[in-house]
This record gives sequence, C-alpha cells and structure tokens, in this order.
Amino acid sequence: MSYIIDRRLNGKNKSMVNRQRFLKRYREHIKEAVSDAVNHRSITDMERGENISIPQRSINEPVIHHGQGGKQHRVLPGNKEFNTGDQLKKPPQGGSGGSGSGKASNQGEGEDDFTFFITKEEFLNYLFDDLALPNMVKKTLAQSKEFKTRQAGFVSEGTPNNLSVVRSLRNAHARRIGMGAGKRRKIKQLQATLTALKAEPIPDSLRIEELKAEIAHLEARLRALPFIDDLDLRYRNQVKVPIPTSKAVMFCLMDVSGSMTQDVKDLAKRFYLLLYLFLEKNYEHIEIVFIRHHTSAKEVNEEEFFYSRETGGTIVSSALKLMNDIVRARYLTGGWNIYGAQASDGDNWDDDSPLCADILGNQLLPIIQHFAYVEITPHEHQALWYAYQGVQKANQNGFACAQIRNASDIYPVFRELFAKERYQEAV
Amino acid sequence: MSQYLSTDSDWTFELLEAYDAEIARIAKGYRLDTYPNQIEVISAEQMMDAYSSVGMPIGYNHWSYGKQFLATQKSYQRGQMGLAYEIVINSNPCIAYLMEENTMAMQALVIAHACYGHNSFFKGNYLFRAWTDADSIIDYLLFAKNYLRKCEEKYGQETVERVLDACHALQNYGVDRYRRPRPISAAEEKIRQTERERVLQQQVNDLWRTLPTRSGDTSNAPEQRFPAEPQENILYFLEKNAPLLEPWQREILRIVRKISQYFYPQRQTQVMNEGWASFWHYTLLNHLYDDGKINEGFMFEILASHTSVVFQPGFDSPYFSGINPYALGFNMFRDIQRICQNPTDEDREWFPDIAGKDWLETVHFAMQNFKDESFVQQYLSPHLMREFHLFSLYDDDKKSHYQVEAIHNDSGYHKLREMLARQYDLSMREPNIQIWSVDRHGDRSLTLRHTMQDETPLASDVHEVMKHLHYLWGFDIHLETWDAGKHIATQSCPASQNN
Repeated sequence: MSYIIDRRLNGKNKSMVNRQRFLKRYREHIKEAVSDAVNHRSITDMERGENISIPQRSINEPVIHHGQGGKQHRVLPGNKEFNTGDQLKKPPQGGSGGSGSGKASNQGEGEDDFTFFITKEEFLNYLFDDLALPNMVKKTLAQSKEFKTRQAGFVSEGTPNNLSVVRSLRNAHARRIGMGAGKRRKIKQLQATLTALKAEPIPDSLRIEELKAEIAHLEARLRALPFIDDLDLRYRNQVKVPIPTSKAVMFCLMDVSGSMTQDVKDLAKRFYLLLYLFLEKNYEHIEIVFIRHHTSAKEVNEEEFFYSRETGGTIVSSALKLMNDIVRARYLTGGWNIYGAQASDGDNWDDDSPLCADILGNQLLPIIQHFAYVEITPHEHQALWYAYQGVQKANQNGFACAQIRNASDIYPVFRELFAKERYQEAV
Repeated sequence: MSQYLSTDSDWTFELLEAYDAEIARIAKGYRLDTYPNQIEVISAEQMMDAYSSVGMPIGYNHWSYGKQFLATQKSYQRGQMGLAYEIVINSNPCIAYLMEENTMAMQALVIAHACYGHNSFFKGNYLFRAWTDADSIIDYLLFAKNYLRKCEEKYGQETVERVLDACHALQNYGVDRYRRPRPISAAEEKIRQTERERVLQQQVNDLWRTLPTRSGDTSNAPEQRFPAEPQENILYFLEKNAPLLEPWQREILRIVRKISQYFYPQRQTQVMNEGWASFWHYTLLNHLYDDGKINEGFMFEILASHTSVVFQPGFDSPYFSGINPYALGFNMFRDIQRICQNPTDEDREWFPDIAGKDWLETVHFAMQNFKDESFVQQYLSPHLMREFHLFSLYDDDKKSHYQVEAIHNDSGYHKLREMLARQYDLSMREPNIQIWSVDRHGDRSLTLRHTMQDETPLASDVHEVMKHLHYLWGFDIHLETWDAGKHIATQSCPASQNN
C-alpha cells in the first residue's frame, strides 16, 4: 500500500535557520569579505549580493580519520597492462607539477575556499553594521522604494473599509431595474387586460380573479428582489505607486595630496558611500561629480578619484571654487538638490583656509542642500578645521563637520541629515 | 490496442498511482517484502533542504547543516551537480522523496529503486533489523529537535552549539558495534528523561566520590582500573561518566549517539543497499516492459539513466572517484543471478552451494544476511573481477614505488577479494580508538588508546577533535598511539609543557 503526497506547497526554506546560523558563526569572515568588496566596487554599485569565500580549513568540522601514509592496499578497477609484481613509480609529492596525474587527486581533498552567495539585503546589512548605523536608518536605506497608495477605479473584491457605498447602491439599483423589467412589463400588460375586461359589459369575474392573482404573484416576486446583493458591492481600488521624487547631484571632494594614504581613501569611500545610499533612497535620479585636488582641482571619474596617486601641496579652496563653478554652470536650474561631501586629512595651505570658509559659507551653502566635511586624522586639528568651525557656527543647518578615525565614526556626521529625513517621514 | 500505462513524458498523480500499483504487483511476484510507502513529491529547493539535513526528514538546527545547504545550493545553481532523483528514509512507513522535475519514466525508475529496492532492503537486511527502529525514528527525531530547541531557550544557542560541535566531532565513536542497542522511543524517552537526569547525576557523583577511606586501606588494595574494560563507544562513556557535564548536556550526547547509531548500518551496507535497489529497478522495469506496460521510448530513457548510474570509470579516467557502489553492487547481484541460472564450471567450483540453485531465493538470502565486507568476501566472483579488471596496489610510504600485488588472474582472485572486502570493513576504515583509563584519584585525566592499523597515522584533525573531547570531559586528555604492542607516541590536550 502506498500513499502519494504532494509536498511541493510546503515551505521550501527549511534550511533558512541553519543558513542564518552559519552566517552568524562566520560573521567576521563575511564582514571582511564585504569590506573588501566595498573597496573594489563603485559607490553606485552597492545594491547587489556578493560571493563570499572562507578558507576551507576555518570551517572544517574535525573528525577522527586516517591520514596519509602507512602500508595501504587499494583495489582499483580498469587494469590494462599491469601484472602481479609490477612496480609503479609514485607521483611526486605535493602535486606541484602542472598536469597532475589522475592518481594524485584520488585521495587529496581540495583545499579550495568554501564560497557562497549572500543576497543584496545581507550585503547591505553587513555594510551598515560596519558603519554602525542605527536600526531605523538601516531600515530606511535597505527599503527598495517609498510608495504611497492612490485611487485606481473600483473593483468587486476588497475589504469593508474600502467599500464604496454610492457605487454599490447604484449597482443595486441597476440590478433591481434590470431583473424586474420583465415582470413589470408583464404586470402592465395584465393590468391593461384587466382594465379592458372590467370595461366589458359583462365582466368575466372568474377571469378577473385569475388576473388579479397573477398580478399579486408577480408583485410579490418583484418585492422579493433583494435590495442589495453581494454582486452589487464595489470597493475602492488602491494601488501602490512610487512617490515621485526629484533629482540630486552629489559632489565628492577629496584631497589627493601625498599625505593621503590608501587606507584613508578607503575610509573616505565609505563616507561618500553612505551619503550616496542616503540620496538614492530619496531621489529618483542621482548624478555624482568627483573633484580631486592637491594644489589645483580637477573633475575626474570614480576610478581616478579613488585610485590614482598624486603628490604635492594642498590648496583646498581650488576644489571649492571648482565645485562652485560647476554648480553655477550646470545645476543651478532644473530642480537639482545639491549635496557636497568633502574628505581630507586636514592639511591645507595656511593662508588658504579663510578663503575656503568664505567660498563655502557665502557662496556655496546658500544654494546647496547639505555639505559634510570629514577630517580623517588622528592628529591635532589644523587651520582648515578652525575655519570650518566658524562656518558651522554661522550655518546650524546644512553643514556638518567631524573628525573620524574609523568607519563607525562616519554615521554621526550624517546624523542630522538622517534625523531630518525621519522628521519629514513622520509628518 | 496498446495497454501502455502512458506514453507522454509528463507525470500526473493518477499516473504515479498507476505505475506504483503495477510495480507493486510485480515486486510482490518477486517476494519483495516492504514497509508501506509514503511517496512525497517535492521541488528542487525542497530537495536541497532534504540534502542538507543529511537525509533526516526532521533535523535539529545546527550551523553545519546551513553550510551543507550553501554548498549544495552553490554547486546546483552553477550546474556542477545534478540533484539526486530521490532520497529515501529508513522509516515505517518508508518515506521517499521524488523530484517534481523528473519525467514519468524517471519517476517510475525512482519508485522501483527507492520504494521497492531500498525499502525492502531496510526491512530485510539483518543489520537494519537489529540496529534500527524504522517505526520510531521519526518520532525520535521530532523529540530530539524539540528537546534541543528547549535547551537553546534555556541555556542559549551558543552553549548548545558548543556541545553539538563536540558531539559531531565524535559521532562516529558513538555507536555500539557489538551489542544491540535498546530500541528508541520518543514517548519513553520523555518519561524517562527527568528520572534519568537525576539517576545519572547520582551515578556520576558516586564515581567521583574521592573522600579518602580509612587510612591504610587505600595503599594495600590493588588499584582498580577504570573503566575495567576499554570502551569503544566514546560518547556513551562520556554521557555516563564525564564529571562536569550538566544533565541536559548528557542528554544531547545521548541524542547524537542515538542518531549516529541509526545511520551506522547505512555506513556498512552502501554497496549492497545501492546494488540491491539498482538490481530491482532494473529487473522490475524490464518486467514492466515485457508485460507491455511501457513502450520502447520509456525503456530507452530508463536504460540511459541506469547505465550512467552503474558506470564504473577505470582508475586512470578523469571521472574516477573510487569504486562506484552502484556499479559494484548492481553487478554483484546480477552476477549471483547469473551463477544460479547459467553457471560455468568455474562458478561451480567457486560457488558450489549456489550454482544452479533458485536465483530469487539466493539473492534474498544474500540481501538479508550480509554487510558490504562479508558480501564481497562471499560473493565476488572471478568472472566479475575480470569484468571490472580489478587489481590491488600495495603502497608502503617508505618505498618509492607502488607494487601491484594481485590482478584478475588465477593466483590473484583470492587476494583481490580479500583486499576489496577489507576496504569495506568499517573497523579498517576508521581508526581504532578506545577509552583506556581514567586517573580517578589523580588529575582525573582521560587516556585513550589508538591502535594503529597498517602503520597508518591519524590525520592531523585529531588535535581539533581532542579539544572537543577535552571540552566534554573537562580535564586533560591523553591519546596514546600503539603499534604492534609498542607505545609509539602520546598527544595531549591541553598540550603538555614538556614536549
């Protein structure tokens, strides 16, 4: 006796819990891999999963088993030319040869890394973890889009709170007219016959009674038509539509003078990245302008921005000037929201700092949304920092500056920005 | 007028039933005795889930199953690996998973293979009869899952995971090899559990009562060795005697041990089990074809699949990965049938008691009373050794050459057969490690003894395993390696200062 059961509709993610446990256990490895990936990816390309690989030996589950060596007998199939007593040379140990023979791989377990794929959500989660984002912000950033619901006609199925009374009653009315039409016509005819009969000199009373009974019956049928029926109900249809958003431009400014090491640049990348992710959630269309500077500033592509090396002194105002020029040339009209993010190690030509404060405070800040500055240095502040402190005093909103040492210091720079966002959402 | 059950490659539930009924009818004619079948159709994703829980329909949660799942998922999505057509569980009723992607012909093959082949093996083979309880395994697994979940709630997931990691490292040393274990029963477990916790702790306390007895007594009484006999079931020994374990930890040891015991027969009968199932899908479906129930197209598809399953690449082929248990097992059962039906003079000489006898009787007897090692030893014929071109290679790590010690010729048959049988002997495949003694009155250290086979050393993993053992025991662990009565080396955990 056999039972055949269709299990296909049962849950298929039985292994989900175990998978999560695995990820949790190897959290450190995964974080490292994510961090590597961030360094290699473009900042506009964070929202996809990643292949993670972990060295096989770290995830090995040890059991007691025999090692190599000793005196082994092995029975193998496929003998062609061997005879008893033949001596066969052993393949060289270590397998350093290019074309390993089939033999050598029989026993050896590959020391390949264990690789697997984490999803986009998981990737972002590890990334945010690195940046020490509060949960609320994580959620906002990981959500794919903002929606609002909008009316879109009427449907025959829905929840009671969406019931459209007017529509439903109109339908009911139409139905009652439609379904009663035949009967009313019949009644009319019968009544006409009845009047005619009554008008005759000798009314046929039997026939009259018959007609009356028939009319009464039809009227009862008419009354039995339900006033409102399930068929009549109409519900307001709600559809989710993405909130129409406008466009933003993000300026990334970075000092690329000799004192900026790759580590500092990687940290700076995370700073831009966070701002980018924030903007991406709030604006439909985003453009990024990369400006790098030493003694003079230049607009470059992302690759050159993060990875080309420069030497020389530092004049920060050159970058701010260039940004100012570009903003006024390209982004002043057309409804652009302008964001600026500047990273540096704090070095600047001493006489230049007041000029920076002037350009930023008087020319840029009035026309842009927000400007964030981070100084990536463990050392004492320098002139630029104090100049910017002055700017901050004058502009409580729209300007943030902070000193950071590692990735978890970045988020506080944007705290105000995210907080504002939350405030807007709540309204 | 065709009386084919179907000719289309798509399957339906009605067709599955029809095929199952036909196959059951034929199987009955061959006296295949089975548990009732519970055939479950599942999707590819579900098959991956089933894979990663190592064939247990209900498994407790552990990260290692997640790792297994990720590995399966990756190689499946990259097309490096096809999924098995079926998974079958040794339970009553016997649960078989069929993939929805299979064609009708494949489903028929799988039903014959799993629901009548494996199923009858589970019910008939002596190891399964003696060591596993098909009736209660599902309940027991459910009990284990719930128990571990409760432990996690009570003591934290990480603590439980730590114990499980340690148990998994030792699970192959958690089986009774010679004594039939008590049948498992979820209901009974639950009732006895609380009681057991108390009694167990009591026993452990007694063992570790180290208050000195009256002065003078201790010195002249000969020190009783503990344990009196070496113990091969390490997990059992720890469950009963480890000084520091909490009762719930002992319970987890017990669960892992019981589940390991359940899989123990499967590890010893791979060749026979797969061979038996392949032999029967081949025989049953050919019968179905001869009865005119399936057409040539179906039979072609079935044979194509069958051929690739029982294919044995030679040792020098890039596809070679050891002897294919399907190939060896299938051909051995076919060979037994041949010896019964058309014996040659050679067969009469080698197999006087089965040559020319009733083949059905003989294969049933072989299935019921052997495990891989003894099956090869008993039934591998010279004919088959020639077919497989078997040869035996001797590898001494001190020499620079392999030596061919036997090939498929008159002087080599016995040696070959013996060597191949050894290859399937679990006690040869797994290092021989036993609990030797406990220093009860000193530092409470536990000494294990590894007896070398063929001078083969332990893999370096053993250090990690010893750490797990140390975690469970709570005091020093020493592992002595002995070869031919001589003490070769000792490793300790934690590593001792003097080496």
